[in-house]
Amino acid sequence: MTVAARKIKKPLYAVIAACWLAAPFFLGNYQLDVLNNIAIYALLGLSLNIILGYAGMFHMGHGAFFAVGAYTTAVINTTWGVPVLWLLPLSGVAAGLFALVVAKPIIHLRGDYLLIVTIGMVEIVRIALVNNVFGITGGSNGIFGIDAPSLFGRTISGIVAPGDYFYLVTAFLAFTITVFYLLEHSRFGRALQFLNQDPVAAEGSGIDTARYRLAAFGIGAFWAGMVGNLYASKITFISPESFSFWESVVMFMIVILGGAGSIPGVLLGAFLIIGLPELFQGLQQYRLLLFGIVLVAMMIFRPQGILPPAPRSYGVAEDDGENGGQNSAQDGASGGEVRP
Amino acid sequence: MSLLRIENAIRYFGGLMAVGDVSFTVPEGSVFGLIGPNGAGKTTVFNLITGNYRLDSGKIFFRNEDISRMATHRVVERGIARTFQNIRLFSGMTVLENVLAGRHCRMKAGPVAAMLRLPSQRIEERRAVARAMAELLFVGLAGHAGNLAKNLSYGNQRLLEIARALAADPRLIILDEPAGGMNDYETTALVELISKIRDRGITVMLIEHDMSLVMRACERIVVLEHGKKIAAGNPGEIQSDPAVIEAYLGGDDDEF
Repeated sequence: MTVAARKIKKPLYAVIAACWLAAPFFLGNYQLDVLNNIAIYALLGLSLNIILGYAGMFHMGHGAFFAVGAYTTAVINTTWGVPVLWLLPLSGVAAGLFALVVAKPIIHLRGDYLLIVTIGMVEIVRIALVNNVFGITGGSNGIFGIDAPSLFGRTISGIVAPGDYFYLVTAFLAFTITVFYLLEHSRFGRALQFLNQDPVAAEGSGIDTARYRLAAFGIGAFWAGMVGNLYASKITFISPESFSFWESVVMFMIVILGGAGSIPGVLLGAFLIIGLPELFQGLQQYRLLLFGIVLVAMMIFRPQGILPPAPRSYGVAEDDGENGGQNSAQDGASGGEVRP
Repeated sequence: MSLLRIENAIRYFGGLMAVGDVSFTVPEGSVFGLIGPNGAGKTTVFNLITGNYRLDSGKIFFRNEDISRMATHRVVERGIARTFQNIRLFSGMTVLENVLAGRHCRMKAGPVAAMLRLPSQRIEERRAVARAMAELLFVGLAGHAGNLAKNLSYGNQRLLEIARALAADPRLIILDEPAGGMNDYETTALVELISKIRDRGITVMLIEHDMSLVMRACERIVVLEHGKKIAAGNPGEIQSDPAVIEAYLGGDDDEF
């Protein structure tokens, strides 16, 4: 990345964030609903990015974790009336535990093998939901009448008042971006990238690769489960159709197209993949064709994604000679913190 | 005192005996060389020590602890770090991050500490960066900290692997052909670096084809041929050992 590009990055992000926050003052309910969907998919993309982006595991079954979270919320809320926002962490835990159990035996698989197994996993989950395996998922009819989230006594309906819901999901998105940024710039985030780039060298550097792969699945699924909670309470009705294999493919595309391992890349990917088809409504049936062509072209001309991850700096001066190295280590010690 | 003790190590690949009944000990504080013609099983011995391969039989003790069946990352934790014959860096990441990889096993912060950016995590991170910079300074790469590893020259990539291994606080560092691809000047600097590593109290074990480097750097040498130990001793003894001369010169071969 050039110095100029680095300089405009911060103001550019600030402008985008400001536009995003101001959107409810200018947009109608329909457009706001599209933005809400973009935010939901951005969250799903960010959670998948932990597994697919940083750790490089080809996981095309992320919809399964999303479904476990959504159904956990739906079942408990409709059965016992527990407020949906209280169920946010619980949905995450349910999805995370589910991921640990199913990922444990497949964690050593690489590349295409893992891809096939995860596709199988998401299909099994969908079929289990359709067949109403535990008698609590409502089969192919799904579950109706999930409560909308309510905060400080105010109900935030994703259907009636998408503007209110917009700020709820945006708050969660901002929280997620912050937390995942910190995660990326930590021992844990680096370990995932090390084992992605060279598992033998990572193991040889003292990294327990199997454990970290599993942890990546756990954290990614935990987050997807929480997003499932937000999604279920947004539309108040979920059915197995909401968690088809195609949903997992869309999440996969968001990460790969936007830039695997890059938070801005995943956000842009969600915006393009969920937002663009809406912009091309006028093209009617040709819009999916156009969309497909864009995807193919992208993968040919920019396989690393639109915004691939930039090298991280640790506040260490890069161009001083060997004598200055010790000093720059000290500088690094004081400056090697969060790069906002 | 022996730091590392290998007892009757045997490893087959299919029907091929890569390492057959090899035993030796590495004394603490020495520079130890493992040499032999191509295919003699040197790298296999390294891979057995670090747990990349499993022993078919035999035992390996490190500081009197049996590490024969231990996973690689546990072996690193115990204090054995290594470099690779065919350089294995995290090529798309910065030089500094590569060294931080070596520091990993001496750090504790998990994902939750990172997400909450706990004070303990920040302090640990800061110390790790400072230590990584110190190791880069030690091998002479401090000026490259922010570069991507793949943009380093071949010789510098080998030095970076050494810095990464040193960052893990090893008691024993295993160097697999550290001079491969280095010119004479770089090789001379490497010999100096190896003795500097030993002066830090770290035992060095190396495989090398460059005989002059081995003879200059090592205090004790074991020679392998076809997976068997054919000689052991100091450089003088090795150079005059008839079995070694036979192995290297192939009897009355006229080429040296």
